[in-house]
Amino acid sequence: MTDDSRLIPAGSQTVGPFFSIGLDYLIDRAPVLHADKAGRIEVRGRVLDRDGTPVPDAVLEFWSPRLTVSTPNQDQYPSGFRRTATDINGNFAVAAMRPAAAPLEDGRMQAPHMLVLVFARGLLRHLLTRVYFENEPGNTADAVLKEVPAERRATLIARLENHQTNSYQWDVRLQGQNETVFFAW
Amino acid sequence: MIELRTVETAIPGTQPDYHFPGYVSSIARSPRMPLVLLPETLTEKTGPVFGHGLIRQQDDDLTAQHAGDPLGERIFVHGRVLDEDGRPVRGALVEVWQANASGRYLHKMDNHDAPLDPNFSGAGRMITDEDGRYCFKTIKPGAYPWGNHYNAWRPAHIHFSLFGAGILSRLVTQMYFPGDPLQPLDPIFNSIADEEARRRMISRLDMDRSEPSFALAYAWDIVLRGRRDTPFEEARR
Repeated sequence: MTDDSRLIPAGSQTVGPFFSIGLDYLIDRAPVLHADKAGRIEVRGRVLDRDGTPVPDAVLEFWSPRLTVSTPNQDQYPSGFRRTATDINGNFAVAAMRPAAAPLEDGRMQAPHMLVLVFARGLLRHLLTRVYFENEPGNTADAVLKEVPAERRATLIARLENHQTNSYQWDVRLQGQNETVFFAW
Repeated sequence: MIELRTVETAIPGTQPDYHFPGYVSSIARSPRMPLVLLPETLTEKTGPVFGHGLIRQQDDDLTAQHAGDPLGERIFVHGRVLDEDGRPVRGALVEVWQANASGRYLHKMDNHDAPLDPNFSGAGRMITDEDGRYCFKTIKPGAYPWGNHYNAWRPAHIHFSLFGAGILSRLVTQMYFPGDPLQPLDPIFNSIADEEARRRMISRLDMDRSEPSFALAYAWDIVLRGRRDTPFEEARR
């Protein structure tokens, strides 16, 4: 099949303000497996618009491939995937298994990270970003972070807020000062 | 050191720009800094796979989720989920939600002065079969006013959310109905510059799949990003 015969992917449209009708059922439904303290992380933050106004109607989806052996209830809910939504104050929280350092094709390791998809009223197409974790030694050599202009890298690194609970803080700024780095797709 | 391929970007005009001032909500919520090219790694090449355990009975029949029948025009919506090579995307999770026949969503933030329907919630989901097919029964949603500009009305639509082969296949979109005169007036519909790409968001009346004396049918195929060389499964499953 030549490239000329490729079909063109369907156009994206906004998730709109009423997505909870169809998408809420997947939020916080999956147990965080291997939920011992070391293996579990939490990311908390806010989604903010150009003016720093909280975005109360955003959905965030987190993805990191699991490299470990599959667990029994994976058939129902993939363990590397989490969905959350912001509350009335633009706050979100997501609990997840701590992502592993994933290898690249050439054997180099990526720093632990999750891919993040951001949907909201006002976003005609979802945004694509990544979240990394403060104090991870792999961050400085990470092949993807290196593609990001140095002065903007901090927008992708969640700040460790609580050692006891492995709780990280990470805001998503859609526009304006300290705008989060988003990737093209 | 291998040069990593970067994530492919969309053909211009076939996807909306983030900043589309006609859709007022996009103005303060769209990024202004340049988007960064993303090297394609294992993270981008894999994606979640959802099992049938997620689907309950009646999830594909939005008319049967309550004690009585919802008001409105009963319809079937069906189609195929395909990849860019035209191959079926099997096992794709399809999530749908919509307004009721009066154009009202069952949502606390919807303040449109139209009646709720005690027999209609407006949410469904299904997983595509071996041919990439999905099908659900619902009622045709009504048009409704919104605050984007003076006398703004959304054309009738059903929200779709899909997971295909890999997280980059992820798509949230809206399905429209043929012959709706509100489409040319709608900034969300018109946020896609390419006319053909807009047309592909409109379903087709499908008399072959209608049920005489019972319900009409609309057909809508959906192409997701991704090719046959994209691994479908989660890593090492």
